[in-house]
Amino acid sequence: MIKHLLSIRDLDADGIERVLGTADAFRENMGRKYPTLRLKTVVNFFYEASTRTRTSFELAAKRLSADVLNFASGGSSVEKGESLKDTAQTIEAMGVDCIIARHSSAGAPNRLAEWVSASVINAGDGMHEHPTQALLDLFTIRQHFTSFDGLRVAIVGDVAHSRVARSDVLGLQTMGADVTIVAPPTLLPAGVGSWGVRVATDLDPILPELDVCYLLRMQLERQKGGYVPSLREYARLWGLDRRRAAMLPERALIMHPGPMNRGVEIAADVAEFPRSVITDQVTNGIAVRQALLYLMLGGPEVKEGGPDAG
Amino acid sequence: MPAKPVLLQGGRVVDPASGIDGTIDVLIERGTISTLGHGLSGEGATVIDCRGLVIAPAFVDLHTHLREPGREDAETIASGSRAAAAGGFSAVCAMANTEPVADSAAVVEQVFNTARAVGLVDVYPVGAITVGLQGERLAEFGEMHDSKAGVNFFSDDGRCVQDSGLMRRALEYAKAFGAIVANHAEDAGLAEGGAMNEGEVSGLLGLPGVPDEAEELVIARDLALARLTGSRLHVPHVSTAGSVELIRAAKTIGIDVTAEATPHHLCMTDTLVASFDPVYKVAPPLRTRADIDALRAGLIDGTIDCVATDHAPHAREDKEREFDKAPPGMLGLETAFPVLYTELVAAGLMSLGDLITRMSAAPARIRDLDGHGGPIAAGAPATLVIFDTEARWTVDPARLQSLSENTPFAGRELQSRIVHTMLAGKFTVRDGEVVDGQR
Repeated sequence: MIKHLLSIRDLDADGIERVLGTADAFRENMGRKYPTLRLKTVVNFFYEASTRTRTSFELAAKRLSADVLNFASGGSSVEKGESLKDTAQTIEAMGVDCIIARHSSAGAPNRLAEWVSASVINAGDGMHEHPTQALLDLFTIRQHFTSFDGLRVAIVGDVAHSRVARSDVLGLQTMGADVTIVAPPTLLPAGVGSWGVRVATDLDPILPELDVCYLLRMQLERQKGGYVPSLREYARLWGLDRRRAAMLPERALIMHPGPMNRGVEIAADVAEFPRSVITDQVTNGIAVRQALLYLMLGGPEVKEGGPDAG
Repeated sequence: MPAKPVLLQGGRVVDPASGIDGTIDVLIERGTISTLGHGLSGEGATVIDCRGLVIAPAFVDLHTHLREPGREDAETIASGSRAAAAGGFSAVCAMANTEPVADSAAVVEQVFNTARAVGLVDVYPVGAITVGLQGERLAEFGEMHDSKAGVNFFSDDGRCVQDSGLMRRALEYAKAFGAIVANHAEDAGLAEGGAMNEGEVSGLLGLPGVPDEAEELVIARDLALARLTGSRLHVPHVSTAGSVELIRAAKTIGIDVTAEATPHHLCMTDTLVASFDPVYKVAPPLRTRADIDALRAGLIDGTIDCVATDHAPHAREDKEREFDKAPPGMLGLETAFPVLYTELVAAGLMSLGDLITRMSAAPARIRDLDGHGGPIAAGAPATLVIFDTEARWTVDPARLQSLSENTPFAGRELQSRIVHTMLAGKFTVRDGEVVDGQR
């Protein structure tokens, strides 16, 4: 298994399938505690506020019996001016096996991986990537479809500033899905023409053919930055409201990485539709992260046997 | 200065400006080239065996950050002078973005005097265009020009003069002193928040990008202002194919413009940023292969008049950071010639003579530096670089003369090595070692 997970590209299709397959077993036994990572120490190294990702990793690690440290930059030595490198090396000197890193700067986990000998898992870095989000999204899709091959997925919204979009596009492509990006032209990433995705600015014509409609969080900062005139106009043109949701085929899933801005990218009631799997994504996040920690830190003997051998 | 004459024996003298390329002995007396010829007698002279080596006019850098005053932890005038000498340079133009800013006679004279005491390289301070690099009102060009430093080159390098009216006045006013003005071309609105080249790579890395047009808009405007004012404009660190086109077109219609390109922009692309190592962060940013090809074509056809290093030392703690938080800038002085020799001359893209011209005579002419950039002729100062084009070495940041280690060429094997550097007949580098009178 890989030493670090910095980008979803660190895993090929077999690697992703292995994580998802391992996660199946954990998902079936949610809440069960495994002894696999006893005596291992995992640190949640969070330079940016986060509730769901941090608690998800914390639960995942605890259910594998790892010791979990929670480090948040706020109120720490970072506020006294300590550099990322020094802070990471200090934490590592306390005997940490895995650093789960969330940072507002793209590439911060890549730097950490060079500075420490522990494993590094990227829990979201700037606008770069959020590979465990991609894994849990793939897992959630896989619960409803037998194969990713040719699956039609639209990722809608602020792709330019979204680490979720980057990891999801790459992960979905690795697994063979057919991805369309739908966004205001101001929120398309540079060089999107080379991504191998279809690009659209109009959501309506796309909807009837979709298997998955994935909505990205739309932040107020984009209105302030002049990317869209107003969130109201964004909601009207790119938000998944009741009318648009009705255009989706029966089979199509509605997904969102959270936290949602109800009434902006997704109408309040649409988030509650039966085809919305947004809360499943949260539950699945724990199982997928368990699988990842298990495979990356579990040692060779467990890795071969699967979770029930632990 | 050695009292004894020096005979450079058996070397290949290459001085394109004088039309010389051949094995010629060079006799140096009292700091001046006294005789060029074949089979000169070494009697009474220190004889330097130059067989297998090339003798050329020492290099001139129009774009160097020496960091003193203010950031002596990153570089000092002394350490930067050592780095320059080691790279084969006899003259460097020290940029104004120090702390305090070089916007007054006091600061430029301090830099000038300190450099003179070090004595390894002639340092020509560049004056700020605007007070404190704030882009608001003109610095006192006249005071700096009339100082001992004799400033005739103004730039807010690191910052772009955004205000078109102010830039016009700077270009006009500089004429009173026969000075050139260089503007770091970067439109603030387009470059805002940018950490690397905008394009395919930035899109994948999720780093905010700076589009080519941030540079090209300002260059286009400055060229128009140079036409309006009839002033001399120098375009620093050209990084895009579009900029090369703009400058080429401007020269065709007779605008008085010169331009420089850096070794890193001539050789490196933004794909290196995928490591997120801030050693690859620079302003303007590393661009694409197509830009490299256009810059090289421009350097070869003379659209780009010269090479400049934009040597920009940064303390280790400033570069060992998150990419978006690290300052831009790369070391350049000690690798400039070997990098370009390897990438352009050894690769068969450019003649040795042309590279020498672009690193010596051409920059010296832009800044009107007498005594630098050749010629290699009887009566001229013996300000020379002597290098071995066959030697190979691997760049080790820890072994560079610079106080900082932020070279993007670390670990690269380069062909050609500076063996000796002479400044007015005095060795500043001999047998690859800096001759440091200070220590």
